[in-house]
Amino acid sequence: MSIRSQLLLAAGSVAAMLALAPAHAQETVKIGLILPMTGGQASTGKQIDNAVKLYMQQNGDTVAGKKIEVILKDDAAVPDNTKRLAQELIVNDKVNFIAGFGVTPAALAAAPLATQGKIPEIVMAAGTSIITERSPYIVRTSFTLAQSSTIIGDWAAKNGIKKVATLTSDYAPGNDALNFFKQNFTAGGGEIVEEVKVPLQNPDFAPFLQRMKDAKPDAVFVFVPAGQGGNFMKQYAERGLDKAGIKVIGPGDVMDDDLLNGMGDAALGTVTAHLYSAAHPSAANKEFVAAYKKAFGQRPGFMAVGGYDGIRLIYEALKKTGGKTDGDALVAAMKGMKWESPRGPISIDPETRDIVQNIYIRKVEKVDGELYNVEFATFEAVKDSGKTKK
Amino acid sequence: MTTLFTILFDGVAYGMLLFVLACGLAVTLGLMNFVNLAHGAFAMAGGYICAVLVNNSGWPFFAALPLAFVTAAAIGVALERTLYRHLYTRSHLDQVLFTIGLTFMSVAAVDYIMGSSRIFIKLPGALEGQFDLFGVGIGRYRLMIIVICGLLTVALQLVLAKTRFGSRLRAAVDDPRAASGLGINVPQVFAFTFAFGCGLAGLGGALSAEILGLDPYFPLKFMIYFLIVVTVGGSSSITGPFLASLLLGIGDVAGKYYVPKMGPFVIYTIMIVILIWRPNGLFGRAAAR
Repeated sequence: MSIRSQLLLAAGSVAAMLALAPAHAQETVKIGLILPMTGGQASTGKQIDNAVKLYMQQNGDTVAGKKIEVILKDDAAVPDNTKRLAQELIVNDKVNFIAGFGVTPAALAAAPLATQGKIPEIVMAAGTSIITERSPYIVRTSFTLAQSSTIIGDWAAKNGIKKVATLTSDYAPGNDALNFFKQNFTAGGGEIVEEVKVPLQNPDFAPFLQRMKDAKPDAVFVFVPAGQGGNFMKQYAERGLDKAGIKVIGPGDVMDDDLLNGMGDAALGTVTAHLYSAAHPSAANKEFVAAYKKAFGQRPGFMAVGGYDGIRLIYEALKKTGGKTDGDALVAAMKGMKWESPRGPISIDPETRDIVQNIYIRKVEKVDGELYNVEFATFEAVKDSGKTKK
Repeated sequence: MTTLFTILFDGVAYGMLLFVLACGLAVTLGLMNFVNLAHGAFAMAGGYICAVLVNNSGWPFFAALPLAFVTAAAIGVALERTLYRHLYTRSHLDQVLFTIGLTFMSVAAVDYIMGSSRIFIKLPGALEGQFDLFGVGIGRYRLMIIVICGLLTVALQLVLAKTRFGSRLRAAVDDPRAASGLGINVPQVFAFTFAFGCGLAGLGGALSAEILGLDPYFPLKFMIYFLIVVTVGGSSSITGPFLASLLLGIGDVAGKYYVPKMGPFVIYTIMIVILIWRPNGLFGRAAAR
């Protein structure tokens, strides 16, 4: 046999295998879950992975006659990895959904692949507004920073806070949070007296906090990545800003449920706007928190809820299409879908495929010896206001 | 005016912390001529030991601090005897590759055992908050850092300059062959010095958790800072790194306060200017080996 005919034979058998593969994939519906399971964002990945497992335990792994199989991949929040993994999942594993995405760049890296493969991309964590504009197959179940930052801006302006100093981390979500807050707060008559952007890898907040203190604002608006919030609150109290009567306000990411207890009493009284608190007083949430605590020994945070609702969205969409896995049909099924999540009533905006949800104003209080974000005001059905104006 | 003093105070505290964290590195790099990029891993070990003891086992903070020192030093001795020893005579590139590998392993191990989220050490109430001294805000925790680190520095300087061990160490460094010819057990002196450096890093790690934050990426995040301290200070004595730490600490804090937009670059600018002026560091020897 000549080399040429060998090659032809090899090519032929590969083609035959490829032709057979989709027939086999019909039996199961595969979900490629791409999350940061290692690295600085690992807590996000773990929460979402836990929540997905919990939902599947509670609701079984068959939907509309199809068996659901989740393939978990770790991208360590590096967009290059996300892209490679998404491609492998789509081409080799023939997944029907890609889901997860801990950070914005990761969600954006996978967007062209979702469009090309006509595969729904369920964003369960990343929170920049532009994400859903990058592919008609992207549907989001987490939140956008604009949702919480505009609401806290409105709330602050209406509740006697006149002068605010801002301290935000110098990266895309930090700048998003700052701009949306500023826009709504100044429109409501408030004044920004000091604006500090701190480097992302910031070891010590001391000098920035001293600057805040000297500016004598009514409140400090803060957005730092999950994890740094604890250091911020401790140094805020150490420097006596709480005693100087300066409040802390911000989007709720800083007061994430899984970090809150580690911050200590310094966090008491902080007012934030966010989509979810483990203390949300609804039957659905109490059940969710109890089940999550029992399964994983800790409190769920807003990231876990994003994952829980994300997998639920996939289940419901499959039910609606009768198990058909055509990408366009699935996305069409998801549009306008409404349900009661642990965080409260939510829906998918049919126009933007982004989440519409209640934003709650919460204050950190001590409940049964533990710190919780206790909700005291609700802004209902908040849409993302950060989309490109058309 | 009082703000100026508060800034100065914070800067000194930050600098002192940098010094305790980095002086072990100055010793291994300068005195033993060994490039140990895994230095931060020992600091992290100390930090986590202190956190586990205080948070999970209910130890008082001040009892856990010495233990952070001892355990980090013990880990240091074990690794020195088993691994590091073989690399003393190898090229610097080998040392760098080995220790950076060790750093990554430590990061992965701590991530696996302790989880990746940032942890805090529960402090006694007496250390929290600030008090006013003639209108200058003094943080209690930072004051404690200055006191502990100040005492340590004096003790270190005395040990190196006045004791028999100090002279043995300096002899072993200047000419190991002649020193061992005089009956000094050079490997033992090095092992002890290395362990002590690691112990200091461990103590520094425990002290810094409150201010710098403690997570599994600590050794990578702060490696740059340690190296800056050693390069700027020069690695021939501990006075150099000490002054460099103070300078960088004050520079960093003041820079971030007065020009927040430029804040993160101030420390690098100081480094560049000093290195142009004195390429071997503030107290470097011109003819380094």
